[in-house]
Amino acid sequence: MKMKRTSYPYILWMGIFIVIPLFLILFFSITTGDSQNISTFKFSLDNFKRFFTPVYLKVLGRSVNLALISTVICLILGYPMAMIISKEKIKKRNMMILMFVIPMWMNFLLRTYAWLTLLGKNGFVNYIVTKLGFQPLNLMYNDKAVLLGMVYNFLPFMVLPIYSVLIKIDKSLIEAAEDLGANKLKVFMKVILPLSVPGIITGITMVFIPAVSTFVISRLLGGNKYTLIGNVVEQQFLWTGDWHFGSSMSIILMIFILITMAITSKFDKDKEGGGGGLW
Amino acid sequence: MKRIKSIVLLLLVLIMGTMATGCGDKRPTINVYNWGDYIDTSIIKDFEEEYNIKVNYSTFATNEDMYVKLKQGGTSYDVLFPSDYMIERMISEDMLVKLDKNNISNIKNVEEKFLGLDFDPNDEYSVPYMWGTVGIIYNKKMVDDKVDSWDILWNEKYKNQIIMLYSQRDSIAVALKKLGYSMNTRDIKELEEAKQELINQKPLVYAYLGDEVKDVMIGGEAALAVVWSGDAVAMIRENPDLEYAIPKEGTNLWFDNMVIPKSTKNKEVAEKFINFMCRPDIAAKNADYIGYSTPIPEAVKLLPEDIRNSKVAYPENEKIENTEIFKDPKDIIQVYDKIWTDVTSEQ
Repeated sequence: MKMKRTSYPYILWMGIFIVIPLFLILFFSITTGDSQNISTFKFSLDNFKRFFTPVYLKVLGRSVNLALISTVICLILGYPMAMIISKEKIKKRNMMILMFVIPMWMNFLLRTYAWLTLLGKNGFVNYIVTKLGFQPLNLMYNDKAVLLGMVYNFLPFMVLPIYSVLIKIDKSLIEAAEDLGANKLKVFMKVILPLSVPGIITGITMVFIPAVSTFVISRLLGGNKYTLIGNVVEQQFLWTGDWHFGSSMSIILMIFILITMAITSKFDKDKEGGGGGLW
Repeated sequence: MKRIKSIVLLLLVLIMGTMATGCGDKRPTINVYNWGDYIDTSIIKDFEEEYNIKVNYSTFATNEDMYVKLKQGGTSYDVLFPSDYMIERMISEDMLVKLDKNNISNIKNVEEKFLGLDFDPNDEYSVPYMWGTVGIIYNKKMVDDKVDSWDILWNEKYKNQIIMLYSQRDSIAVALKKLGYSMNTRDIKELEEAKQELINQKPLVYAYLGDEVKDVMIGGEAALAVVWSGDAVAMIRENPDLEYAIPKEGTNLWFDNMVIPKSTKNKEVAEKFINFMCRPDIAAKNADYIGYSTPIPEAVKLLPEDIRNSKVAYPENEKIENTEIFKDPKDIIQVYDKIWTDVTSEQ
């Protein structure tokens, strides 16, 4: 493959900021020793052995479980929303997308923090609940709060790719289906849904990956009670200083995500791909 | 296209602008690394103005956090505020420089009993900053039992109303004390028992928090919390329903001292800073603001009456007889890490 001269800066960039760090993580994951002193490094797979013990597997299981649920919820909420927006006139459509994106301009931490005041025991939601004469609910610092935080933060990543695929669907295909006597449900099932698969797959990837590795949401909304794999990795790097174990956990998580992606892209095989697909 | 160009231009101007201001500051600079919410920031401004020095101030959440950051290098810090056992570890690992006492004349203001403590017996490396205890803060409106024992944190009645510290050393110490063991135990069996206690307690815990605990307790969102005494002072000031108790099984007596790490680039200025913090009027201003207890008697005299007479910040001597000062766990630090990972991963 011939490369233009203009592409060299990008290759350099990718080398320095993507390839080398990846190899560094791989290198750390298969060694042990004092993280700061390279002369003490010894080849060892102990880190991986340590990971495959019930404690860490349980944490991984919990992270995957929460990420899957939040991806499914995002899909259920996001698809109709993308549909509704894509059917509007172009001006209103752009307006709606803008309204959808504006909150994302605000810092992610701030948006997550805002839920603290909404969900707290004396928060806004419980204020209304008690005014209506019910017992205050326990909304904060549990797995449901973490799930809510994930869905809230990652929903736009589901809606936007699906939306961008939906608006590109050739209207004449839908008209043809209607002319041939298909009802609304049939048009959706046989035409719109299959054509939007690439968008759905991109959406799933873009929600699942950040959700499975998040540590901020579980910290702020889970009160550190619902440790996810991201928290354990963070703990190894920031508190314990064991970069080797932290790196091997990251590698395992990466392999896990790769496998998931391979499975999801299977569904996309017989389609043309394209149309906003990431893989 | 034009718009893109103007945006790029604007960005460039911004970047150049920030770089230019960065270079323009000719004052000597020190990097101060302190616990979050642990200083009256106007004091930093006072210091900058008085000595014409620039202070870069950043914060950490726990001793372990600070230690790892320092070990990993990258940033050179000039003044740190670690606690007792961490100072012991840093001295033994040769991470600190000896202080020149001639530059820190204000150390004469520090009360005798805070000097020459076990972690730095000759006061060669550290100067006291604040001290205090660990105890239970509770909301009188929500707790009707007598709070005088760690056991209350395991009481089913307060399910989902208990807040523990998100700090491995402190939380494990609470469990050890509840079991009647020393919080400096090196007996793995006792530590394992403590771990089991913490796991048993987990279903009752509302959250494991750091500094956020203040907002939660002031807002009356939880009934009981394990806190450091200085934070308790600050919380009680905001919400008079709160009260602080030191459990009868005994607790941790801690000291946060100022030290200068080996990575310092400006030791003399760092010593000036430490000296400044020990000046009675500054120490008083600081202690008044953050609520923690200053080791400088002259400063205590300058404090407003409610804090000066506060039994939370300045307990009677017999109250703190039954306390222990943390020691560095040294070789069994991995056991602590492992216990804490197990506890936080449990569900």
